[in-house]
Amino acid sequence: MTSESDVLILGGGPAGLSCARALRGLGVHDVVLLERERALGGIPRHCGHLGFGLREFGKVYGGPDYAKRLADEASGADLRLRMSALKLEPGGLVRATGPSGPENFQAKAVVLAFGARETPRSARLISGGRPFGVMNTGALQQFVYLHSKCPFERPVVIGSELVAFSTLLTLRHAGLKPLAIIEENARITARQPGKWIARLGFGVPVLTNTRLTRILGDSRVTGIEIDRGFGPEQMECDGVILTGRFRPETALIAPSHVEIDPGTRGPAIDSYFRCSDHHYFAAGNVLRGIETAGQCWREGKAVAEMIVKRLENGLPARQPDARVTLQGPLAYVYPQRIYRDAPTSHPLLFKARVTREVRGRLSVVVDGSVVWSRRISALPERRIAWKLPAHDMRSCQQVSVELDAA
Amino acid sequence: MREPIANSRAVIIGAGVVGCAIFRRLAIAGLEPIMLEAASDILDGASKGNSALLHTGFDAPADSIELNCIQSGHREYLTIRGKLNLPLVESGALVVAWDEEQLAKLPAIVVKAHRNGVTDVTQIDRDELRKREPHLSERGLGAVYVPGEHIIDPWSAPLAYAHQGLAHGGKILRRCGVTGGAFDGVHWTLQTTLGEISAGVVINAAGNHGDLVEAINQPPAFAITPRKGQFVVFDKPASKLLHAIILPVPTERTKGVVVCRTAFGNLLVGPTAEDQQDRSRADVDRATLDLLIAKGVEMIPELADQPVNAIYAGLRPATQFKDYQIAVNRERHWITAAGIRSTGLTAALGIAQMIGRSFAETFGDVREAEPIWTPVPNLAEERPRQYMTEAGGDIVCHCELVTRGEIAAALEGPLPAGDLGGLKRRTRCMMGRCQGFYCSAQVLAMAEGRLQP
Repeated sequence: MTSESDVLILGGGPAGLSCARALRGLGVHDVVLLERERALGGIPRHCGHLGFGLREFGKVYGGPDYAKRLADEASGADLRLRMSALKLEPGGLVRATGPSGPENFQAKAVVLAFGARETPRSARLISGGRPFGVMNTGALQQFVYLHSKCPFERPVVIGSELVAFSTLLTLRHAGLKPLAIIEENARITARQPGKWIARLGFGVPVLTNTRLTRILGDSRVTGIEIDRGFGPEQMECDGVILTGRFRPETALIAPSHVEIDPGTRGPAIDSYFRCSDHHYFAAGNVLRGIETAGQCWREGKAVAEMIVKRLENGLPARQPDARVTLQGPLAYVYPQRIYRDAPTSHPLLFKARVTREVRGRLSVVVDGSVVWSRRISALPERRIAWKLPAHDMRSCQQVSVELDAA
Repeated sequence: MREPIANSRAVIIGAGVVGCAIFRRLAIAGLEPIMLEAASDILDGASKGNSALLHTGFDAPADSIELNCIQSGHREYLTIRGKLNLPLVESGALVVAWDEEQLAKLPAIVVKAHRNGVTDVTQIDRDELRKREPHLSERGLGAVYVPGEHIIDPWSAPLAYAHQGLAHGGKILRRCGVTGGAFDGVHWTLQTTLGEISAGVVINAAGNHGDLVEAINQPPAFAITPRKGQFVVFDKPASKLLHAIILPVPTERTKGVVVCRTAFGNLLVGPTAEDQQDRSRADVDRATLDLLIAKGVEMIPELADQPVNAIYAGLRPATQFKDYQIAVNRERHWITAAGIRSTGLTAALGIAQMIGRSFAETFGDVREAEPIWTPVPNLAEERPRQYMTEAGGDIVCHCELVTRGEIAAALEGPLPAGDLGGLKRRTRCMMGRCQGFYCSAQVLAMAEGRLQP
């Protein structure tokens, strides 16, 4: 069986739900959204703490209430739970399965909004045995908020990206305080760490310049081995929470025909949020790993606007005029593909990250001429965003983003 | 005198792949065997971490018990796998020469294979190698092609053997560690953590604890030094980079690092060979994992861009001898099946045949029954999985596409999962790229009260 619709959204988190809501507001009513979990909302569903929704709804929500509001606002679409997409085929055909068996979906526009997940222990190649009690924040939050259980009593928190503070809040909800926060780098990664530490981490030692080198324990975690620069030291604990290092969830994209950008590790997009197959659009954290829910929400909305143009045949059918190349210590830039009518016909918003702490000049060079530049001071875990002002993109044969470290 | 908690004519110590295969064989032979396992679930020792290959024996020592058991085991697997719903990825293997010195050794490998009765083995040149494996590094100078080497599911196979043994009246006691025993000339009385068990004949299939269990009967003629093997498993897209199993030109000590697909659609690099004293701990080690990845990338350059899914280590029960330690002691009513190293997954059915025959000849009174087939759920990519059927698309583990029904089924039945590891091996839940980010809380909620912590 194949169901046809104008739009098919894969993923019911902030990006997908926001896209569904915005499409309805723009008069697109034939929208199907597939969510593989048993509830809508994505990651915020199990972030039981406050901090969501201020920009979107002018009010601060806890994760679950925010998730509910997103879902309520998207209710005009055909929202289908427990539906797992299995395969992306050329031309907008998606094979899926659900409780009543396999089902195919064909849409004029498919939105990939799969989100991101943290890097697990295995991909971090951490030494040691395989005791129970090692998990990512995402799993911990599901234990605590969705199942009212905490799998340990004296865990350590690895990493200090913003999500680590979400971990602290989750532990506090479970009545626990971690033994330590362990960070490889010389400083805490999240913005405004002082504020966070004062509020949440009071009394929790933050060990910077410290590497987790081994996990100890047979059936359960009994401790860890750390290295602060003077050889291995042991530390007792009964759990290890591996936070951050988010990666786009590309399980369906990687084996498909849709092109992945090695920098973002998400689908490569053009300035209309379209993937290499123009039937596919992408929004939210699948584009590059973690940004805030609010950011994903705005992208969902932006994609909806592009889809409306697509349904009116208002987007170029040809392949993009240029691929953006990178120079200097840049981890990624997106969109990765540019048309020469940008940015006069639509906003050209670049987002990028650097590979290391760097100060220098960031420039956009089109066909050999610098069309935009600015001095920056950047850290790897923080987003750089800029809008290219209206400009003649010339023949737009070569576009490069260059960062000259000072 | 206390009453034994259980008794049987045949008691097998150790529920690894070898124990399970012997259990199956003796059960079909009408002996109603009992299999004892110290851990919370079967397959918790050496059998939990191997490279999941069905070998031909092309490179096994000539005229060895190992070769004999590999070949009879291989044949039996092919005969019974359909009835037990077990997969077979017919990949073939290539022993690749990466330098001139190795290239010079290839003809001898072919000769040895033919001598071992594996007559379809041939040498192929560089161009043929490139044609077969376009993603392999261009440094490959040639290879020996072994069409009969295949990839199987290392856990579903022994699980199916155990189920078949149960269907024939066998019994499995888990969390039942054997601590001692005494022979009165007719019966063995085994002391276990669950109580005394009476046995007509004891079969030692205790894997990495083989010599310790052997000492219950007599001073062991062999000593086990667990040999650790670490593995790196790459995510599913990497499996597209390879067709055959890539074997190195072997050295004296080990078959070396293999690169191959898995039945579950991943790509695996390993194992290492590291001797250690500890019989149960199998730690992974960052430096070694980095080396394995580098080795994989050296052979398949495109692996450099592929994400790692899982890391694990297994322990294989190596002894000071090259060959398996299989013996029947008629006077002491004791059978030994020890020192079964990396080839045990293939050889298990062959070892079981050998022990079944010995049992009948030595101790008699065996009544072979018509086999009852107990197909197990398929977990391999090459055959239909439950999520693909009309019935069951309610997926809990999204990475490995494991349904609610599959997890519920693994928690029930005659041999329910005994611990989380057992549940993972039965269903593949939490074994994928996210390693439980999405599903672990839900899986554990489903398993609440049913698994050993």
